[in-house]
Amino acid sequence: MTDAGRHPNIKLMTLSEVIDVKGYVGNFEAKILKRARYVSEKDCTACGECAKVCPVVRPDEFDSGLSSRKAVYSPFPQAVPSAYVININECLGHNPVVCAKCSEVCEKKCINFHMSDEEIVEKVGSIVVATGLEPYDPTELDEYGYTRYENVLSSTEFERLISAGGPTRGDLVRPTDRKVPKSVGFVQCVGSRSARKGGAYCSNICCMNTIKSTLVLKEHHPDMEIKVFYIDIRAFGKGFEDLYRKSRSLGVQYIRGLPGTVSENGERSLRIAVENSASGKIAFHNLDMLVLAVGVKPSSTTKKLQEMLGLQLTSDGFFLEAHPKLQPVDAATRGIFYAGCAEGPKDIKDSVTQGSAAAARVIRLLHRGEIVSEPITAEAAPEKCKICGICAEVCPYGAISVDVKRKVVASVNPAACSGCGTCAAECPFDAITMNHFTDDQILAQVGTALAVEPQSKILAFACNWCSYAGADYAGVSRLQYPVNVRLVRTMCSGRVDESFIWDGFARGAPIILVSGCHIGDCHYIDANRWTVKRVEKIRKKMARLGIRPERLQLEWISAAEGIRFAHVMEQLERMRREVSPEEIAHTVNALMPKGEKTDPPAA
Amino acid sequence: MKKKTLQGDNPRIGVYVCHCGLNIGRVVDCAMVAQESAGLENVVVSRDVQYACSEPGQQSIKEDIVEQGLDRIVIASCSPRLHEPTFRHMLESVGLNPYLLEMANLREHCSWVHMNEPEAATVKAAELTGMAVARASKLEPLTSRKIPVSKRTMVIGGGIAGIQTALDLADNGYEVVLVEKKPSIGGQMARLDKTFPTMDCSI
Repeated sequence: MTDAGRHPNIKLMTLSEVIDVKGYVGNFEAKILKRARYVSEKDCTACGECAKVCPVVRPDEFDSGLSSRKAVYSPFPQAVPSAYVININECLGHNPVVCAKCSEVCEKKCINFHMSDEEIVEKVGSIVVATGLEPYDPTELDEYGYTRYENVLSSTEFERLISAGGPTRGDLVRPTDRKVPKSVGFVQCVGSRSARKGGAYCSNICCMNTIKSTLVLKEHHPDMEIKVFYIDIRAFGKGFEDLYRKSRSLGVQYIRGLPGTVSENGERSLRIAVENSASGKIAFHNLDMLVLAVGVKPSSTTKKLQEMLGLQLTSDGFFLEAHPKLQPVDAATRGIFYAGCAEGPKDIKDSVTQGSAAAARVIRLLHRGEIVSEPITAEAAPEKCKICGICAEVCPYGAISVDVKRKVVASVNPAACSGCGTCAAECPFDAITMNHFTDDQILAQVGTALAVEPQSKILAFACNWCSYAGADYAGVSRLQYPVNVRLVRTMCSGRVDESFIWDGFARGAPIILVSGCHIGDCHYIDANRWTVKRVEKIRKKMARLGIRPERLQLEWISAAEGIRFAHVMEQLERMRREVSPEEIAHTVNALMPKGEKTDPPAA
Repeated sequence: MKKKTLQGDNPRIGVYVCHCGLNIGRVVDCAMVAQESAGLENVVVSRDVQYACSEPGQQSIKEDIVEQGLDRIVIASCSPRLHEPTFRHMLESVGLNPYLLEMANLREHCSWVHMNEPEAATVKAAELTGMAVARASKLEPLTSRKIPVSKRTMVIGGGIAGIQTALDLADNGYEVVLVEKKPSIGGQMARLDKTFPTMDCSI
């Protein structure tokens, strides 16, 4: 920690939050809100005189509220930076009439009530998201009595009670009588592996953390009765099994089964009922203290950052990596990486490993001072541009500049363009070409797909990142679905041009599907919002032309939803069977260029 | 981005239908797909191969490219999400622009999902290959650009993972901006007295 604080290459910004990020790989611009500390970081020697005179007493967050601190305080003894900080919301104020005692005693005059929050812009080439975890709050699991009984603690609170730097200097005492408990129970999987409350996933660290705690307790109190209530003990890491065995050999009892109820007896001790799932018997245990081994939740800042950086989350709420095996620290967005629990629950060793891995990935990306960009980008033809400005409006990356007022034609910054193709689909004048996914190239595929017996086919457009990958996953899972689906890949569903749909119907397609990432999960920030608008617009036009709008379907299928992909294909096949040859003939006729029609189109 | 126009009038396409051992070959009649594709417009060579991605598989395709003067390649095999980079490298190694490659997904999107309908799957495979050939005819060479990058990195979060990343980068001479919400770095780890598996202190 101290190394990070004094390293000449590290600019440490505490009390700071990233509030906006613009740009692209190699060239990000991050806006950071740095909150005022009200104590000079440079001059404060952490002598602590200020805290001695501060009259405001508050629970200490670092000790999980088990001790108190002042409104001017040091977060913890080894804090980096070591400077004190004032919580201005708790402070009585700097008016000498009111208080200002701290600034009076500070010899170095470090305290400055006139400091204000600052917004700082940093230009960086890459971003590592290491936002960590939040411990699960067991309040909602009422059956364990966490809110009712003082001697039921969360494992984070317990951790502070056995810490040499904690409120009791590491002596374990009960909150109610400050006596050393004779018996302690640990309840595992609190907020983990539950479909009901908390997370459905395993939090990875709680088994070993409890085993560690039992060893610490046995070291200080060899006679203490310790019971661990669990579903499974997961001691899978290097050296973990040894610790587990050591804990058992020291007499810690491991009882398979989680408590059903917890009640308090006269001595403020706890009586818990547990069905031992190994023996099938219900037993009661009397314990002086109960510790809830709480699980790991994603940091509360996750959602905000996900939106700001255009990242994806797994269903558990942690950040989704580009590939679960082969790119475990890369985000799907180039130039962004993950480290630690932001990506999923992990212990210190794995966090350190991932932190180093992320650093290596950053160096691999940036070391040359330049990177090769993917040429699958949009290109504007100045002679065709009518300066309507739609392309710039729909671009999720702000990669297109066009000035409607000054009549400057559209131009695409290829470094900023990520290649979704939404601009090419939205341009009313065909002035934008999406390289490698041009109109010509895609229409050639559509034409071939519908060349023979179009009435028997389902034409489907699928985005590369989600729906096409979902179809791949259906394949990997060997799910069987109708054989008449013809899939056309685009990078994003936003690329699916109106003309592709009309061309498909004009060639006799009974059903057309547009599919992409779920809303909020779009690989191109939010380009699929335009897909929705476009499909709605086309459906309205279809209705006006007497074509059933249901024949154009829009589905969101993620890369993990192979089952859903196969299911959608079945559903489309059922729909296809309902489209009659007459209906198709009518559509083909209605979409023919004027003069070639056999009948006037139905209004 | 500069575009080179291709030499000659018509594209010269090579089609390679991969058996992927039995993964595709057990369901799809790959020889028949190759034979049908041979009759498509602009197709100069069309063959079935056991493993297109293998060293000998790639070698035979590369020889065709050089000897037959092929300028666009269609690989009908697995998902492009798997082997597109492999085959792009292959094109590049014989001096062909890597973007003149198109893949037809005969494995994930055909043989694996229509295992009990070999005939219909073969028809579909031929059509998927035909779609790829039609698209390949329209492909244009593309050239990558070089973008200058900043060598600074922003690390969001000053817990153990963020600290490790920041130190590794900084020790390698890279500048780091380490952003932490709280008044001190250290995160959850700093609150732990003893940590497993070493049972020592965390800070």
